[in-house]
This record gives sequence, structure tokens and C-alpha cells, in this order.
Amino acid sequence: MRAPLEWLTKYVALPVDTTPAQVEEALIQLGHEVEGVHHVPPTVGPLVVGEVLTIEELTEFKKPIRFCTVAVGAGNGPDGGDGPRDIICGARNFAVGDKVVIALPGTTLPGDFTIGSRKTYGRLSDGMICSSRELGVGTDHDGIIVLDADAEIGADARQIVGADDVVLELSITPDRGYALSIRGLARELSAAFGAGFTDVAAGPVRAADGPVWGLQVEDPTGCDRFVLTRVTGVDPTAPSPYWMRRRLAAAGIRSISLAVDITNYVMVEYGQPLHAFDAAKVTGPLVVRRAVAGETLKTLDGVAHTLDPRDLVIADDSGVISMAGVMGGESTEIGADTTDVLLEAAHWTPSAISRTARSHFLPSEASRRFERAVDPAVAIPAVEAAAALLVTYGGGVLHQGRTEVDTTTAPAVVAMPLSEPQRIIGRPFAAGVCAQRLEQVGCHVDPQVDDNGKVLFLVTPPSWRSDLTRAADLVEEIARLEGYDAIGSELPTAPAGRGLTSVQRRERQVAADLASAGLIENLSFPFIGVKDLDDLGVPADDIRRNTADLVNPLDAERPSMRTTLLPGLLETVTRNLSRGVKDLGVFEIGLVFLPRHNAPGTPDPSVAARPTDAELAVVDASLPQQPQHVAVVVAGEWERAGWWGPGRPAGWAEAIELARRIGRISGVELEVVADDAAPWHPGRCASLRVGGWPVGHAGELHPAVVERMHLPPRTIAVELNLTGFGDRVPPVPPALSSFPPVLVDLALVVDESVTAAQVTTALRAGGGDLLESVRLFDVYAGGQIEAGRKSLAFSLVVRATDRTLTAAEATTVRDAAFAAAAESCGASVRA
Amino acid sequence: MTSSDPSRDSGAGEAPTSPASLDLSQAVEEARAAFSAATDLTELAAAKAAHLGDKSPVLLARRALGTLPGSERAAAGKTINQALAAVNTDFQARQVELTEERAARILVEERVDVTLPWDRTPTGHRHPISLVMQQTADTFIAMGWEVADGPELEAEYFNFDSLNFPKNHPARALQDTFYVAGENADDEAEGTRQILRTHTSPVQMRTMLDREPPIYIVCPGRVYRTDELDATHTPVFHQVEGLAIDRHLTMAHLKGTLEHYAKAMFGPDSAIRLRPHFFPFTEPSAEMDVWFPEKKGGAGWVEWGGCGMVDPNVLIAAGLDPAEWSGFAFGMGVERTLQFRNSIPDMRDMVEGDIRFTAAFSSEV
Repeated sequence: MRAPLEWLTKYVALPVDTTPAQVEEALIQLGHEVEGVHHVPPTVGPLVVGEVLTIEELTEFKKPIRFCTVAVGAGNGPDGGDGPRDIICGARNFAVGDKVVIALPGTTLPGDFTIGSRKTYGRLSDGMICSSRELGVGTDHDGIIVLDADAEIGADARQIVGADDVVLELSITPDRGYALSIRGLARELSAAFGAGFTDVAAGPVRAADGPVWGLQVEDPTGCDRFVLTRVTGVDPTAPSPYWMRRRLAAAGIRSISLAVDITNYVMVEYGQPLHAFDAAKVTGPLVVRRAVAGETLKTLDGVAHTLDPRDLVIADDSGVISMAGVMGGESTEIGADTTDVLLEAAHWTPSAISRTARSHFLPSEASRRFERAVDPAVAIPAVEAAAALLVTYGGGVLHQGRTEVDTTTAPAVVAMPLSEPQRIIGRPFAAGVCAQRLEQVGCHVDPQVDDNGKVLFLVTPPSWRSDLTRAADLVEEIARLEGYDAIGSELPTAPAGRGLTSVQRRERQVAADLASAGLIENLSFPFIGVKDLDDLGVPADDIRRNTADLVNPLDAERPSMRTTLLPGLLETVTRNLSRGVKDLGVFEIGLVFLPRHNAPGTPDPSVAARPTDAELAVVDASLPQQPQHVAVVVAGEWERAGWWGPGRPAGWAEAIELARRIGRISGVELEVVADDAAPWHPGRCASLRVGGWPVGHAGELHPAVVERMHLPPRTIAVELNLTGFGDRVPPVPPALSSFPPVLVDLALVVDESVTAAQVTTALRAGGGDLLESVRLFDVYAGGQIEAGRKSLAFSLVVRATDRTLTAAEATTVRDAAFAAAAESCGASVRA
Repeated sequence: MTSSDPSRDSGAGEAPTSPASLDLSQAVEEARAAFSAATDLTELAAAKAAHLGDKSPVLLARRALGTLPGSERAAAGKTINQALAAVNTDFQARQVELTEERAARILVEERVDVTLPWDRTPTGHRHPISLVMQQTADTFIAMGWEVADGPELEAEYFNFDSLNFPKNHPARALQDTFYVAGENADDEAEGTRQILRTHTSPVQMRTMLDREPPIYIVCPGRVYRTDELDATHTPVFHQVEGLAIDRHLTMAHLKGTLEHYAKAMFGPDSAIRLRPHFFPFTEPSAEMDVWFPEKKGGAGWVEWGGCGMVDPNVLIAAGLDPAEWSGFAFGMGVERTLQFRNSIPDMRDMVEGDIRFTAAFSSEV
């Protein structure tokens, strides 16, 4: 909303010394965001109204030039006399007798252009006939300003052209439709400054006699008010008055024709969008209804629309002629020959207008107002004001009647205990202040005393404040007008809290630990596409292919919510590689989205009360599962080459150890089992398990994946489902023995297919309580080891908690451990 | 070292020194000179062999002691022991000197260039967005608040309806909100009732539905809006929202809480200014500006987020009586906070995962 200050002050009597900055600050404090304050660039020196007396066309130059004599009023003539001035002018849009704006010699126009008496085109030019652009009051290319005929010769033209004007550009919140008008904003400023206010819409309404046009409102829920007036015999060539064009330009609205300019002018001033039909082009009575599917309308911007049965329209015998409250149709628009004008002022239901404007991509000045709220009571004053202007400036005759449909209801009375403002705002408000503030926004206040002796305000909101329906709404008005700066500051005391939950602590601990391990945290967009999963080689029946998809993705290639963190992390890796990084390790912790099988539809519980637990359970059951995952990718050298020696890439073993490290920091022991899962190398992939349940994978990426995604060779990756870890198991430390350990080495030979984990588990089981620890220290194949077998060397620590073990006892333990490994893994002692 | 006990000497071998002329002072002097002349411990060892070894003059004299007549033996013994002690003392003093010299020399020789880098293993970093959220959580936990989280793919009921958004609210438009498609291809966009949450407020509603007040929670998390990525917008970003529901909570409590948080984030000189605004889920509503002393170009107000008193309709939807309970809510963007707080000109730096950006942050922002 662009509001010229000069227009506002027509209705609010601001103190004379009020600066634009004070008005801006007041609007901000009232809750109207000021997006810009546009000052007209300064013109220094006299601007006066002149009348063109003679025009001599000079034709000897490359372009036509006019040599004019202009009456400029007493004392404004050459040498301070009363005579006319000679002025050279290149524009052609004026005639003898026109009133124009003259910059006298010595005046400096915007752009630091000083007017002087100078010889040009062979004549002396003694001043300048000004255009809007030269004065910085508009961007009109139509030539010089032609003022209204009643402008007085020699009068100061500064105010007429708005040379000192300021325009406030405001962003109005959705609840304050009334503020999309000069009327509404003037009322706000009146409250802020305690200044006098004139309501442009107040006053007696002309008595009307019968309808001016047939009308049938078939959809009273979509339209509860519809008013038509009619002006006939309008001169289609009559121009809009200069003052109107100037104000519209300041408000950011282009001048089109008298009838259209009047509807726009009244809309900005009253807040009531109007529409002008060429009555000669309307056939039969108007019908207000919803569109029939497939109906079409060409709007007056020339665009054809196919209508939806939810669109509100105005139709006549020819079909739809207007998209109600959004934009009129081309077939009945005001044209160059229109003499019979039908003026419409209606009140539409906001939701319908908002839906139609959005679905047809037609945000208009009208729809912006209707989708908030328009004062239903202002329709008649607005349409009458428009008709009167059309009579005055178009020379038309006002039809005696007025078509009216009105099914609006009066605003409901709101009860507000006088204690309510303090209860919500936290500071006292006097009863008189509350009443005064509510009255300033247009409410009627009826103080009552209830049965308990408490004061209760029965408040009737004005017709333009459909947003005031609850006590809380009234409290906001009082607090807002009294100023939010007056609100105190007090820290509330919360009850003792529980701190972070164990899940929240785990997320922090894992993130902190991975950062300590040398990895950089990443937060990637969680959108993936089929290509991302193809790149990873994810099979068709993999659960990660079952995605939740977006209706309106930003990137059509990535319409799905991630089911794995790896695409985002790998993209981050390749982006960094493309920017010159050679080696990096990154991690991410975030949700993945796994739609449930046979999920119920998402219900729409009532908001009038708390839904039942069963209803809420269905909502949750309808949503995808969203477990928290952690993933790691390390590409390139993990240990860098340097002055200390060569570097070393991370390997599959590091990936698995990182996974186990995440488990340890989370308080769970992850079991490592060989697996073959995309996108990992089939022989270098571990499944990590908690209590037998898989919670993720770690290992080296599949060489084909590495090649497809242009990753460094042997890139490693880990992805684990943290949510699947379950609860942290409180650690129980072992009994610590202070007796000396017996260290025993044991070299075993097993088949290639036997895993280190299997042998270790067997040794532990066989060794019993006296076997304190088992550590694999060497793996060897080839040489003296027979083909198909390998040697695993372990160091065992044997110790008792209550005595020093003898060598014989230690040997017994070692033999028992070996026996178990022989039994379950086919192990033999290495010769 | 050789024992000085004379009784253990065998007395055999060398020609005895004449006891009458027993004068060991020269031998002592020679030994001292030899020890002094030794420039390192190896030379000192050689000098020791010469002057304290079995064939050194002093030890030879001692060995010969047994051959002396009894009357001379005591005096000679005394002379020998004194000489031996003197030589030993000289030796030890020199040995200490040379050991210290050697230790000092080794330290000099072992000097390195301590500015050599040791970036053999990489340094890890948390993302600053996570750090802001963590710091925020800590600030509120210290006041007894709790941290709440919830799903990012949400029901429209939690994201809009229950928060008093009318069905036709502009924020619900496809231009602003990501909608989840139904399983059937012909499913209408508005029919699925699932969206990517546009704010973390659904977590507030979930908490209110889940437990009885008093409630004091802060909800940091990831949210989604259909903005194209540019220097000041990103479709995926993070928010911190707070909610307090209790008896007697007022807008002054809201302001006090915001001021406390502002001081934690921007220093003790920061302050909060509220401007009236509109949100469906609060009434009265306000936008908040924070006074940021370190603002680029000079201290000033910076738009920080939205807040207000929880709308009665929201309380009703949660099954709470607005006459009994009141509360406040607030929310701010983490990226935006970080952007002006740490002078980050381009928001894309925060979302693209360029490790050079993240590496600028360690354990706090």
C-alpha cells in the first residue's frame, strides 16, 4: 500500500510540525511495516501556474519546437512585472488556454538543473513549462503537465503538483484489511497522534428509488452485499482531473480513463474495490454465482482463464463477465466510446477471493483487499462517491435508483473483563484508557458490572474490524495503541527441568565425537531423486526406494525425501572436490523419511477442542517413520602426506571402526557382520547390529559407485540408524585384579572363510572368567600356511581376581580357549 | 669404582714405592690435570683408567702399603687415602661437569623447527548452525526449560489447522509450502494433508497435546519453505522456537525471556524491541528487533523474529482453557541469526557444505 502523506492529511489533522519521520515511526509502532518512504526530489525556487496565451510552431529544426507566450501572474513576469513570459517548449500535448506549471528563472529542478533566461532555437526562453518527470513527481512520458482549468494563474504550483510530497510504502498484515485505505490509515494516525479525524464514508446517503439494473445473487455465502449505481451520458473523452491522476500516480496506480481512474481513486480512499461495467455491453440482469466447470473468461488484462466451480463470478445472459473481486472481463470493460457506466461495489467472502486469485495467478489491488477484509458498510458511500465524481468530471447523469442486496450481519458484541488487558500484557491499564483506545479504532464500548462486581466491557466492533471477535483481539488493540514499548520485562520462573533427554545427549555426543575424530559436520538438503539412488546402485526392491515424494519440489530431479543420508553427503564431497579440496571427511546427523506400509490417510481432527488420543494416534500413524541417522564419508587421504612421510587413505577397517566408535559413544556395543549392501564393496561391507538387529552399514564404497560419482578411489562410508540403537546400557566396570597378569600368545590357523570375530568370540567363550582379554595382533596367509587357510595370532591376558595364577593354570585357560575355537571354527594351532 | 679399603688389596706385583719418600701430591696434580683436560666423558673414562686404575700411582702405592714396616704404615696409609679421596673428588666433579655439558649439548642438538605443521590427521568441526542451536538449548535449559523435537514431515493439522491458520491462509499455498504427494498419481495436492513443516511450531502443539502445563520448551530444528536458494533465502533452514504455558504468564514475561536470550547470543548490552504484527497463532502478536552492539556499520536494531501471546484458539485446540492458562511463543531463524551475528554475507555458504566455511568454527559460534 502506497499512501501519499498529502492524501492522508486530508482526513487526519496532524500537528503542523509533524515530520514524515514521525509519521513513519508512528506507523511502525502501530504495527504497519514501513517498507519505504519516498520523498519527491526537491525543487528549489518558484513554481507557478501559467496559462498558455500563444503558440508559434517553429519548423526549421530537426524536431518540431513551440515558441509560447505564457501568462504567469502578477509580479512573476519579466523583470518582476506582470507581463507574460516567452518560453520555448518541445512538448506538444497542450493548447492555447491550458493551465501549465512554469518554473521561473532561478528555479533548480531535481537533478540540479537550474532554469535561466537563455537563448535557444533562435529565441529567448524565459522559464520552463514542466513535465511530471522533470519535477520528479511522476514518470509520465506524456509530456508536460496540463492542470485543471480552474487553477489560478500565478498561484504557487508546488502543492498542486505535489512537489513537496512524501509517499509511505506500507506492508499491511493480513488481519488489517481496513488499513489498505486512506480512510483506515488516517484513523490509525489519528489515534497515534491524538489528532482530529474525518471519516470520508460518514454522512447521509442519497435516498435511492428502485434498482438500476437487474441482479440475482445466487450465492449469498460468497457475496453478502452487492450495490450498483448507474451514470449515463458520460463524455468518454473527458480526462481525469489532474489532482486525481497525481494522487493515483503517487499511490502507484496508472491512469487509464476517467471511469477507471475514479474506481481506483475511490478504492484507495475508501478501501472498497469498485468495478465499472460498460452498461451497453452487459446483456440482461447480473447473476452472482459460482462458475460452472469449464466456463471461460477473458479478463481485462487479455488473459483467458478456464474457471473452477469454486470461483465466484458475475455473469449476464452472455455468460461470465467478471471474476468476482479479482478482475473484470474484457467483454464489458470501459472503452473509448463508453457513455453508460454501471458501478459495482460488492462484499465477497475472503477465502473464495484468495483461492481464485491464487489459482489464476491474478493478485490484484481488489483481491488483496477482499482476501483480507473490506468494510461491508462502505459499499454505498464508496459507490455513491464514485458516481458523483463521474457526474462532476464526466458530465454524466446519475440514475435515480440503486440496486442493493444486503445479507450482512452486524458484528457480534465481544465481552472483555476489564482485568483482561493486564492479565495478558502484564501492566495495568486504566478503564478510561481502555475505553478510549477501543473507541479510537471505532468500537462502541458499553461498561457493565458483572455479578461479582467486576467491570466488564461489552464491545461492539465497527463494521470494518471483522478481526475483532475475542477479548484477546481487543487487548491487542489497547496494547498496540498504548505502545509495546510500555510493556515491562520480567523473567518467568520455569519449574525445575529435566535437562536434555538421553536421545538429545546422544546426538550431541556423537556429533562432538565425530568432530573430535577429524570429521566436518554437514547439513545437506534432504531431497533426493531416482538418479541419486541409481548412482548408489540401490536395488529396485530396496526399502530406500520407497520414498515420500513432494508435489512441488524445487528441483524436479530431486522430488523425494531422503531415505539415506549418503546422497547429500556425497554431493557435499564432490562439491568440495570440485572446489579444489583433495581429501576430506564429513558427517551428518539428520532424519530420513520412510513411508509406512499401508499407512492410514492423514485425518483432519477438529480444532474446536482437543482431539482424542485415538485420533492423534492415527495422525502419527499416517506419517512416515522419521528415524535419526548418522552418516560418514571419507574421501582421499585420511592421513596426509607431509614432511613426516607419505600419506594413507582411509580404508574399510577405519569405516567399520568409526561405526563401532559411534556405537561406543552411544553406549551400545555394535556387532560386526560381513554383508553385501549398496553402495558398498560386496567384500568390504559390514552390517552393524544391536542385539542381532541391523542398524546400518560401514565399509569401502563399491568401485562402480566410486567411478560413477567421480570419487577418489577407495572412498569409505558409514550410515547408521541412531534411533535403532535403543537405550544406552549403563556400563558396569569389571572387578579389577591387582594380581600380575599372565600373558599368553596363541597362533591359530583357520579356513579363509572364518572371521576374526568368530574366532575371538570362541576364544572368549572357551577361556571363561579367567581370560581377561583377547586381542588379535596378526593376520597371515601364504608361506607355510596351507592354501585356503590363514593364521590369526592372538595375545591373551589371563588373570584371576583373587590370586596369582600359576603357569599351569594359565595354560589350562589357553587350552580351553583353543579347544572352543577348534570346536566352533575348525582352528588348529599354527605349527 | 675401586674400593678404598686397604685390607682388600692383594699387595702382590709392582715394585713398592719407598714409603719414606711417599709423596703423592704430584700424582694428585697429574690426575687433576688429566681430568680437566678431558673434553668429554670418553676422554674422562680414559683419564680415570690412568689415574684411578689399578696401575695408577696412588693405587700402586696402596698396594705397596703392606710391604712397609708397621711403624710407617699408618702415616703412609693416611697419605694414600687422602690422595685417593682427592683424585676421586676431582674425577667426580669433572664427571658431573661433563655430563651436564653433554646433556646441554644434546638439548641443543635436538632443537627443531616448532613451526613445522602437523596436519597429518584432519581437524574436525561442528557446523555453526548446530552450534547456535546447541548454545540456545543450553541457555534455556539453564532456566529450567526443556528441549522438544518432532517430525519434519508433518500433518497439516499440526503445522496449520491446530495453530489457528484458516484454511485459505496464504502460507498454505504451494508457493510457500512443500506438499507431500499421495500414493495415487491423481491425488490432489491439497488432499494428502502432509507437508514439510514450515516452522517448528508443530512441536509446540504436540507438546501441549502430550502433557499438562506448565510447559516451558524450546524447539530448535529444521524447517522448509519453497524459496529458491539465494544470498538471503534458503528452502531448508533452521528455527528456534520457544513456548511457555503457565498460569499468569504475560507479555512482560515474553519480553523478559527474549531479552535474556538476546543477551546470551549478542552480549549484555543487547535489548529487545517489540512491534505489533500479525500471526495466526498469537494474539497479541509482535515482531521483535534486537539491539545488536556489534552490528556491521554501527550498533543498531536488527529484525530478529516473531512472537506473541498464544492465541486462545490454539489453547482451545490443545484442550486448555484460555481463562486458566496463558502463554507466549517466539521464533527466530538460526541462519539469519548467524548471518548478521557473524557477518556472513551469503546464506549459501551455510548450506552448501563447503568445508572451508565450516572449518572457521570450532566449539562455539
